[in-house]
Amino acid sequence: MSEPTAMKATTYREAVKEAICEALHQDPRVFLMGEDVGHYGGCYAVSKGMLAEFGPERIRDTPLCESGFVGAGIGAALGGMRPIVEVMTVNFSLLALDQIVNSAATLLHMSGGQFNVPLVIRMATGAGKQLAAQHAHSFEGWYAHIPGLRVLSPATLEDARGMLWTALEDPDPVLIFENNTLYNMEGMLAADAGPVDIDTARVRRPGRDLTLITYSASLFKCLDAAKILAEEGIEAEVIDLRSLRPLDDATYLASIARTHRVLIVDEGWRSGSLAAEISARIMERAFYDLDLPVERLCSAEVPMPYARHMEEAALPQVDSIVATVRRMMGHG
Amino acid sequence: MKIPNKDQAIRQLRQMLLIRRFEEKSAELYSAMKIRGFLHLYIGEEAVAVGVMSALTAEDAVVATYREHGQALARGMDGGRIMAEMYGKREGCCRGRGGSMHLFDAATRFYGGNAIVGGGLPLAVGLALADTMQGRSRVTSCFFGDGAVAEGDFHEAMNMAGLWNLPVLFVCENNLYAMGTALRYTEANQDIAAKAANYRMASAAVDGMDVVAVEAAACKAVDHIRQGNGPYLLECRTYRFRPHSMFDTELYRTKEEVDEWKKRDPIELLARSLVESGQFTKEEREVVEREVAAEVEAAVAFAEAGTWEPVEDLTRFVYSERRGA
Repeated sequence: MSEPTAMKATTYREAVKEAICEALHQDPRVFLMGEDVGHYGGCYAVSKGMLAEFGPERIRDTPLCESGFVGAGIGAALGGMRPIVEVMTVNFSLLALDQIVNSAATLLHMSGGQFNVPLVIRMATGAGKQLAAQHAHSFEGWYAHIPGLRVLSPATLEDARGMLWTALEDPDPVLIFENNTLYNMEGMLAADAGPVDIDTARVRRPGRDLTLITYSASLFKCLDAAKILAEEGIEAEVIDLRSLRPLDDATYLASIARTHRVLIVDEGWRSGSLAAEISARIMERAFYDLDLPVERLCSAEVPMPYARHMEEAALPQVDSIVATVRRMMGHG
Repeated sequence: MKIPNKDQAIRQLRQMLLIRRFEEKSAELYSAMKIRGFLHLYIGEEAVAVGVMSALTAEDAVVATYREHGQALARGMDGGRIMAEMYGKREGCCRGRGGSMHLFDAATRFYGGNAIVGGGLPLAVGLALADTMQGRSRVTSCFFGDGAVAEGDFHEAMNMAGLWNLPVLFVCENNLYAMGTALRYTEANQDIAAKAANYRMASAAVDGMDVVAVEAAACKAVDHIRQGNGPYLLECRTYRFRPHSMFDTELYRTKEEVDEWKKRDPIELLARSLVESGQFTKEEREVVEREVAAEVEAAVAFAEAGTWEPVEDLTRFVYSERRGA
């Protein structure tokens, strides 16, 4: 019998931090670069204390120039480094969209396979902290549209801790989206937690009646909703996509083959969303498994409002997930 | 023009002629529909690429623009593979995935071929940062046009390079027009070299039609960089003799202006100096011309003989085929 794994209490922020520190210790080519990562300690305090430990070369404060420093990260990756570039928030990453889409995602192809870009870009994403319309959107789905990129969405402590190293080992650009509402999330993590795969979706809660497909912070709303539904005798299966590009189709298609009903919960805007893409794939490949049309719960199509009650109304919530599932199950 | 080294000057003349004849042939092949897409000719600006490359070593890196046949040839990339790339053939330097605007070559550290104006500058900063962090004393040269100077990436890259004292040679090929709009309509301060001072960076402006002057200025700049003094902005004042691309009716400049600049053709300026100083004869020029013509002919033959990549390979090179590299 193997020893039970030692567990420790930690937070999502600590898990990300541990992953970065481990990478800096293990590989001299790794460095962290971004706005306020050094002297300030990171906008979300992820890199607090790292400057003192690793020095200003490897915990590199950049000027406020997202296009410039993401481009420099691409160049450093071409030059043999393994940069982790932190973009403060997803809305700011739009200033670097040119470098991400026109350079990072294209260089391998344009060069006929000669120049790969082993770059990791991390950024905070998502609403829920009353940060309004220029700090709180979810553009993961946009990035997931781009061939040449890998797009990851760690929701759990294990993934916050384990995805980074695997991403750094990947020869191509990987974007990691950390939902800002998760940084304070507490939980237990194996003391020896380490790298995890970045290819597969996970069934986070098994259930026979309906499949909830989601990712990032909405995972926990779906799990809470599934608990409530279970008390009513509805067993929802909850799938955490984890990787948004490429998508692990097999995991959710297998679930739908068992449950025959599916609700996709996605904090992106509904039109042209990742949920729309997944819905289309289900139509193409699992149409005859379905008892009901695919449904989607997405963000309301407004720029994210500041006022708390309005922001809450704009996002999928436990209540709206529960209500939608009840209706789909004929309990509405 | 004073020639400090005859053999070097003749090599440079030969390189400039190769670029000129290679591109004249490319224009013909464009009309013959062998080459498609956008084709931006460097004709008139050859002294810049040839002069700057003369100052670099094989270990250094080059980042270039979409008007980069000259840089690629001057860097020593094989003309046949460049021509095959423009044909879209598998034997091209990028297997036909890039075309004229996206020439890449790992062997000569040629990092493109960037068709987003200004997009290459941050990449050059990153390459230089990687060298610095890994304790290598290489120089990254970065070519861009006067149009790029208006882009945010120019200022962002100059600032980072200055701030971090990085070994980047920024080479502005100022041909006076951002596509078809004159610098005076786009720049508040048209003195490009002067912009370096804002970034604590050394700079100089040089006659970009004079290959000897460009080489001397580039050597001075590279010495400055190699001695650890940080980046350098070299503005080369030059002129594009041909239209911006194959679709340009040149409404924005007069024939007289073009003719005036053609009197300062960089190839003829150098050839004349060599002949006048008795270091080169008409017969020797003819020999060089014949050699260059043969090289261009060989490049075309290589491209013609090339093959088409099977369509089944369409989605290759989107992701690396080997993970964990």
